[in-house]
Amino acid sequence: MSLTDEIQKVAKRYPESKSAILPALRLAQDEYGWLSREAIEEVGEALDLTPAYCMSVASFYDLFNFEPIGRHTIEVCTNVCCGLVNAQAVLESFERELDIAPGETTADGEITLRAVECLGGCSTPTIVAIDQRYRQSVTPEDVPAILEELRNV
Amino acid sequence: MSEALVLGGAEESPLRDLASYRAVGGYAQLLKARAMPPQEVIALLIESNLRGRGGAFFPTGRKASFIPSPEKVAKPIYITVNADESEPGTFKDREIMLRVPHRLVEGCLIAAHAIQSDFVFIYIRGEYSTEYDVLQSAVDEASAAGLLGDVTILVHRGAGAYICGEETALLSSLEGERGQPRSKPPFPAIEGLYAAPTLINNVETITTIPVVLEVGPAEYAKIGAPPDSTGTRLFCLSGNVARPGVYELPHGLTTRHLIEEIGGGVPDGRSLKAVMMGGSSFPVMTPDDLDTKLDANSLGQKGYFIGSGVVCVLDDRTCMVQFALRVGQFYMHESCGKCTPCRVGTRWLVQMLRAVENGTASESDFDLALDVCDRIIGKCLCVLGDSDAMIVASCVTKFRDEFRAHLEHGGCPFGHDSSLDGLFAPSDQHAAHREVVA
Repeated sequence: MSLTDEIQKVAKRYPESKSAILPALRLAQDEYGWLSREAIEEVGEALDLTPAYCMSVASFYDLFNFEPIGRHTIEVCTNVCCGLVNAQAVLESFERELDIAPGETTADGEITLRAVECLGGCSTPTIVAIDQRYRQSVTPEDVPAILEELRNV
Repeated sequence: MSEALVLGGAEESPLRDLASYRAVGGYAQLLKARAMPPQEVIALLIESNLRGRGGAFFPTGRKASFIPSPEKVAKPIYITVNADESEPGTFKDREIMLRVPHRLVEGCLIAAHAIQSDFVFIYIRGEYSTEYDVLQSAVDEASAAGLLGDVTILVHRGAGAYICGEETALLSSLEGERGQPRSKPPFPAIEGLYAAPTLINNVETITTIPVVLEVGPAEYAKIGAPPDSTGTRLFCLSGNVARPGVYELPHGLTTRHLIEEIGGGVPDGRSLKAVMMGGSSFPVMTPDDLDTKLDANSLGQKGYFIGSGVVCVLDDRTCMVQFALRVGQFYMHESCGKCTPCRVGTRWLVQMLRAVENGTASESDFDLALDVCDRIIGKCLCVLGDSDAMIVASCVTKFRDEFRAHLEHGGCPFGHDSSLDGLFAPSDQHAAHREVVA
């Protein structure tokens, strides 16, 4: 099924098709990895919305990427609950191992590292979302094994 | 865990599939409810005095009673379940969706019967991927088993915006707009989603509805700290505590009991310095108030809030300026920018807190910060800015000596020994990233 068909199928589930903009943007991002101008236009075309409108909505939300990102994403919670039990050491361990700062992607295009706000897993800090799936109780010592695992996927 | 009601049956292992939920009596309350006139279900909720578990503690039955009956409106009636759990320190709704997803579905269907709605949206935060899968599979299973009847349940995924947990912002987002709050009135019960009457409830609230029917409203109203804080609550215990976790307990135990007896106290021989109570949106609790009971009235008398059930423990290694700064950075990042006091105020507070942390502020800045807080509270469409102002003001007021020590010391008196030292905020990452791509 083409992206347009997929978006229009999802839109039919809603009382008003404009409500499907978030799922549509998510589908486009899943398809292309990030939301290029062309991807935004495709979403707009499918939902009968202008690209400017789609961009204004997309830019409001944190989960959309407007430039290419790595094949994998690593998102470390750095809000206070994880911070109290050393989330910064986990983030720094990723920074050291990857030799990039939060917000950056490795030169080989493999991994994007980010610090993120509370992921809602405060009882098992530090929470790290790897390709959008939570890892619980991550310690700085776990970092090399996680990266090894990702590079082999 | 004999108190478990909302998580009842799932103490040992989750009840993810229909068969396992049925084995503990699942969906029996739906049948019971559907055999009653809708008004009667609302009356039961009112009698139980169940109140909203999302943070506002509004009586659930009364809220449902505000929804007009279908013959009085020419529009559909909607239910929107708020599963956009993003308040720092809150992780209970996630636990519900992972452990008792069918009880949430059953609650949705009972609520739908009560207000005669045939369309339920569950707005789940975009980061919850596994939770979405588990919940969607429960909805599909219930649908295949014919339990939904005429009701459609649509699980809608957000895309990363704390503000969308605010009810009117959630509606904007669900309508396909930027997730910005709207002015009230009109209230969602009258003009909500697509300008139609809409009931909005938190996941825990909706999931408690089958429990109320099962134990009976009169019995439910005796649990906890009646008359106002009835029933159980999923407390989110985290931070510097030996056994963090979600604990379902009746309202009315003391904060100390939860932290020390249930949570095993503060580890590593440290002492408790403060508690982020109710969530990051409320004043922090100081140790002298640890015997305050965890119910709305007891907390309210001391100037605290039960919020979304957050109890996050800060030990004596925590620099309270860093704590206030990091929380402030969160609100600055999440402010939608619609109302000036919040958009400007949250930024200003971060700048001032950073100056305190660096030791470059002056004593008069403390009062200026409190003044800024005062000029945010009650002056915006929603309470995002108020939330920032409340917690920051509580830190400035209750830990003024520690704030002052930063100025006397010319920087953080903890050196690099604070547990929050060097904590990196995503808002900084955006700034850093802009420099990188420029």
